[in-house]
Amino acid sequence: MSVTLVKERYSSKVGEVVLGATSDQGGTRTSTVTVGGDSTLPFLHFEGEMQNRPVIAMEVNDIVPSWNDTIKAQFGDTLSNPAAWAKKCVDEYGADLVYLKLIGADPEGENRSPEDCARIVKEVLSAVGVPLIVAGCDDDEKNNEIMAAIAEAATGENLLLGLAEQDNYKSIAAAAMVHKHTLIARSPLDINICKQLNILINEMGLPLNKIVIDPMIGGLGFGIEYAYSIMERARLGALANDKMLSMPMICTVGYEANRCKEANASVDEFPGWGDLQDRGVLWEAITASAMLQVGASILVMRNPAAVSLVKKNIADLMSK
Amino acid sequence: MALTGLEIYKQLPKKNCGECGVPTCLAFAMALASGKAALDTCPYVTAAAREALDSAAAPPIKAIKFGNGSVIGDENVLFRHDKTFYHPTTLIIRLSDTLSDEEVGVKLQEINGLEFDRVGLHYSIDGVAVVHESGDAARYAKVAGLVAAGTDKSLLLLSSDPIALKAALVPVASRKPLIGEATADNYEAMVNLAKENSVPIIIKAEGLEALDDLVVKAQALDYKEFVLDPGSRTAVQTLENLTHLRRLSIKKKFRPFGYPVIAYTSNSEPLDEIMEASVYVAKYASVVVLNTSVKSHILPLMTIRQNLYTDPQKPIQVEPILHSVGDVNEDSPLYITTNFSLTYYSVEGEVETSKIPSYILPIDTDGTSVLTAYAAGKFEPEKIAEAMNACGIADKVKHRNVIIPGYVAVISGKLSEVSGWKVVVGPRESSGIVSFSKSIS
Repeated sequence: MSVTLVKERYSSKVGEVVLGATSDQGGTRTSTVTVGGDSTLPFLHFEGEMQNRPVIAMEVNDIVPSWNDTIKAQFGDTLSNPAAWAKKCVDEYGADLVYLKLIGADPEGENRSPEDCARIVKEVLSAVGVPLIVAGCDDDEKNNEIMAAIAEAATGENLLLGLAEQDNYKSIAAAAMVHKHTLIARSPLDINICKQLNILINEMGLPLNKIVIDPMIGGLGFGIEYAYSIMERARLGALANDKMLSMPMICTVGYEANRCKEANASVDEFPGWGDLQDRGVLWEAITASAMLQVGASILVMRNPAAVSLVKKNIADLMSK
Repeated sequence: MALTGLEIYKQLPKKNCGECGVPTCLAFAMALASGKAALDTCPYVTAAAREALDSAAAPPIKAIKFGNGSVIGDENVLFRHDKTFYHPTTLIIRLSDTLSDEEVGVKLQEINGLEFDRVGLHYSIDGVAVVHESGDAARYAKVAGLVAAGTDKSLLLLSSDPIALKAALVPVASRKPLIGEATADNYEAMVNLAKENSVPIIIKAEGLEALDDLVVKAQALDYKEFVLDPGSRTAVQTLENLTHLRRLSIKKKFRPFGYPVIAYTSNSEPLDEIMEASVYVAKYASVVVLNTSVKSHILPLMTIRQNLYTDPQKPIQVEPILHSVGDVNEDSPLYITTNFSLTYYSVEGEVETSKIPSYILPIDTDGTSVLTAYAAGKFEPEKIAEAMNACGIADKVKHRNVIIPGYVAVISGKLSEVSGWKVVVGPRESSGIVSFSKSIS
């Protein structure tokens, strides 16, 4: 008897999105990054293609972050200098992209001005050649101000700008459109809102290949299974030709995984959980691994040790 | 998976003799499909048809039981959102018989210590794989005996030498270990050994074609307690094989592959190995054999396993009774939340971090989160007041302040009216509890 394998025939594929722009294209990046384009479920090379491997964006903040020491120690004194920090991520840890989070804009914190934020973005742009993802603070109104300034100051760079949400997407979508950037559309673990938001943004005139989905994942042990299933459904939707679910997905792995107690509590506090060093690294890396299995294209990560594990995992799964 | 009446009809003799008590074969087929009749009442059905009908009615992947409560296989879907994954991947730690007696003891102690408590759940490692690498049958049997004596976990005995395997198996057969591996060269001796001792056996071949051949041959020995190993040892090939095996058994009811599958990690670095194992846990492996047995490595893997095998339709819940964190006293604050385990433990974790002994009362919302419960009318002031009365909190504290989640601030007026307590609106996110708790103390 011979075995007839079941190979799915999908009617469509995930859209491709290009991030960054080189000097020929009006930007200053040394190279661009293309994500998406998959015509199969993740890493099933026998029935379709994953044209572009998933990429890793490493997180850089404009203020010294309150992360745990096992992560901070790996960045040394660059933490107080976003440009130097970004350069270390790229040169030393092999980040494909830099994810710059402007926490300092928060009106209840540093309350940095839009001009200041734009200046920091420019500094990071000149320190590294990879494309940039820029996200703001927790204040919607302030974010709209700073993103308008940043989008203008970085015209031509094709940044990936965050975050557009269901009740606050218009000004950032407009800024992305006018200054030719790409946009993150974030929905709270809800595939219907996710789809609706993409429709609303697209109706404003931003093309579908300028949108990336952020499904707002949960970390390992804290709701990751919800994100897992929603992303799996979104990916199946894209392959079945649902255009409004066909964007590549970005996952804030570092933020979510490192919020969990298991990634921060010392072995003295919880002897049953083993040493923090490897546990913390794996907490972030396994969160990433699960998201890769359901179609994540961009992983936003923090811990360089976790980044290196995930890179190896991606390489293992991309080798044919 | 149940067959339709028409599919059953094709297998029947079509005599319309009525001896089964039903006037026609087609009507009998309909009765069978709806479970109102048994195939035995038809005297003319052929053995081949009986076999076809029986196997079609059997689950797509056979459930295999071994060791100390390990159940593997018996899955019905490719995606957990279609229904659920039922039997969490069995995780087994590898132990070589080249270790000295003393090293075996150390490793066993480490394996037995792989028990974890987090967010109200208890995880423990499932078993030990004793691997024959010494080339010495007597040594292998000795180590298997040491392991059996040193742990009550499930056992996997791995050797390609039927004589060594028999020596190791017979003394511990009552523990019902999983054994392996039957290959094209040794399958007769191996499968008969498994059959004699009533234990399940791994059927291993290189590639799916060869595996199909070997399973069919092994089934001919009239034994069907199998676990499959398609022989791949790289992550990408194993992922491919796991997917094919699961799809063929479920979508095509391809019987030779209707058994659980075992996967072995290939990365030698322990952290890379855990990453590789996480892929197999997510993608259909029923058993994963690991080298590392370090706590900090196993906990994250067991957590992703627990997460992915959670029934998507039944959220995990905590008991809706008054919980206390720390050494509570009559001044301890009272927090209200829901009994959705994720919600509750997010609150409990933060309250713990605040170092202020506190009471937490999760309201029974059928395991939904704060906003979901509120939207569904399951987090109403009357219900909360009732739960506060029922738990007797009034006798435990001398103050009359109750803290509610910031997202449901809108119920504060009504709750204060029906409960008679002063309602304090807490932060929206549990992450705000630590700084909030300082402001109230």
